[in-house]
Amino acid sequence: MWEASRRKLLIAVLVLTVVVVGATGWAFYQLRYSNGPGGGAQIGEVALRVLAAQVLIFVAFLFTAVLALMSVLVAAPSISGDVESNLALGLLARPVRRSEYVFGKWLGLAALIVLYAAGSSILELIVVDWTTGYVPPRPVELIAYVSGVGLILLTLALVLSTRLAGMAAGFIPLACYFMAWVGGILGGAGEAIGNQGLIITGLVSKLLLPTDGLWRAAVYAMEPASMVATYRAAGSAIAAVPFAATDGPPPAFLVWVAIWFVAVIGLTLWSFRRREI
Amino acid sequence: MVDLQERQAAAATAAASPAMHCVALSKRYGRTVALAGLTMTMPRGEVFGFLGPNGAGKTTAVKLLLGLVEPTGGEGWVLGKPVGDVPVRRRVGYLPELFRYQPWLSGAEVMRVHCELARLRRATWSEEVDRALRLVGLADRGRDRVRTYSKGMQQRLGLGVALLGSPELVFLDEPTSALDPIGRHDVRQIIHHLRERGTSVFLNSHLLTEVEMVCDRVAMIDQGRVIATGTLDELLSGSACRFRVTGLDPGQRASLASFGELDDDGEWIVIRGLSGERVPEVVQEIVGMGGRLYAVEPRHQTLEDRFLQLLGENGG
Repeated sequence: MWEASRRKLLIAVLVLTVVVVGATGWAFYQLRYSNGPGGGAQIGEVALRVLAAQVLIFVAFLFTAVLALMSVLVAAPSISGDVESNLALGLLARPVRRSEYVFGKWLGLAALIVLYAAGSSILELIVVDWTTGYVPPRPVELIAYVSGVGLILLTLALVLSTRLAGMAAGFIPLACYFMAWVGGILGGAGEAIGNQGLIITGLVSKLLLPTDGLWRAAVYAMEPASMVATYRAAGSAIAAVPFAATDGPPPAFLVWVAIWFVAVIGLTLWSFRRREI
Repeated sequence: MVDLQERQAAAATAAASPAMHCVALSKRYGRTVALAGLTMTMPRGEVFGFLGPNGAGKTTAVKLLLGLVEPTGGEGWVLGKPVGDVPVRRRVGYLPELFRYQPWLSGAEVMRVHCELARLRRATWSEEVDRALRLVGLADRGRDRVRTYSKGMQQRLGLGVALLGSPELVFLDEPTSALDPIGRHDVRQIIHHLRERGTSVFLNSHLLTEVEMVCDRVAMIDQGRVIATGTLDELLSGSACRFRVTGLDPGQRASLASFGELDDDGEWIVIRGLSGERVPEVVQEIVGMGGRLYAVEPRHQTLEDRFLQLLGENGG
């Protein structure tokens, strides 16, 4: 933890977070009034709730993208940097197993990502509640799913970091993250029009990198019941929209996410154990 | 009781084992042979110089012995344990050849991280760090960030890190490469101090004069193989001595070949492979044959001479 805390990245991210939360707070406050806080009628509570939920979903999407970027930036040079600087030589000549080293890296970075995701999400939710009175129906799940996106990209960057230089180990997870997002949209479009090829594409994309699946789960956690009911009434066409969800994540998907973590962390251990340093 | 005796016997065996021993230790990277079969023994409590030209496989050998890379053949033991044994590393210190510590940490913080990694008792950390900083001459810079250190200071810090916890065996990979003459002198003093304390020091260096000044025993490698090993006396026993002689006929001069390899240019006779103890015998023989002796000049063979000679013999 102290490793990253010494870096300017964390300070920059924290300052930016406070600025962004403040700015979004102002925006959420504006939602109450049809013509700004100074004049105009106050809009109805139901409309405000739906509006607040929609804006919150967009803010959360941007926040998740920033979290993804941050996860990759801290994890990608993590092991490769130690190897390139020969820092790993000194560390691994100590009575430290490689598995301990890899787990230590993962746990430290994961704690950093989860703490940041939870802290900034709670701050944002407090601001939204304070300015609009809206509290998402499943805030704990929201934080868990958003953190999950960060953790998946962190884990992917870490496994690549055992073999690739920081730049490549960072670029690949980010490219995959955006491809998985597109894959989710294609899968949803397939469901909307009944195209099996697109449905399978979406499913494979979701299994290979479950970030979009978790994002959809986070969206569901932010939607009020009225919004969910409206989307369900709209039929299967809504599945193509990455900012709308009609259901929570199936338990089988969450089990798959757990398996994904175990498999990729296992692969990281296997890969680094065989790495000549 | 039996268990205690067995443990005591095991401890005695471990203590009696060499600091390092390897048999046909080898490493291949694809088709490239980095080490072709290293066989050598480093007794405990000695300073062991490990020499070889660039690319001979010195650093690979150190990494193999520390378990940082997997050997593709052969066996090795460090402090009585097979290479790769993790617990034995508590008793081993290591200074890598090229390294960079976290620049945002202070020197003392780097040392505290290594105290933790070396599994030292937390209560001893402060004392250990202060002692190591003093030993390497960084006592007044320990609180400064590593990014403010010169290359030489980073090298000193690395040496201090390697000596944390008073290890029984220390691997030093080119410890003086970034140091000025004062720094080199300090490192030599530290190595002498370690030897006095009974610490075994594995010194990987290409600075032959340094090695000659501090090492008890030397192994020279070339193209991944040991081409010579032994104490400095053993390795440099092929010393020469030259004599300025007149009054001997060619037959008499040639008879001096019984003392060693002879090189006669008419005025000077050079006898190679002559130990210092036999020089008076040669003088007596020359005088006994009626020769007139004007000068006797022992020519000490340096480690560098010997190293270059061996490399030449090895086709290097």
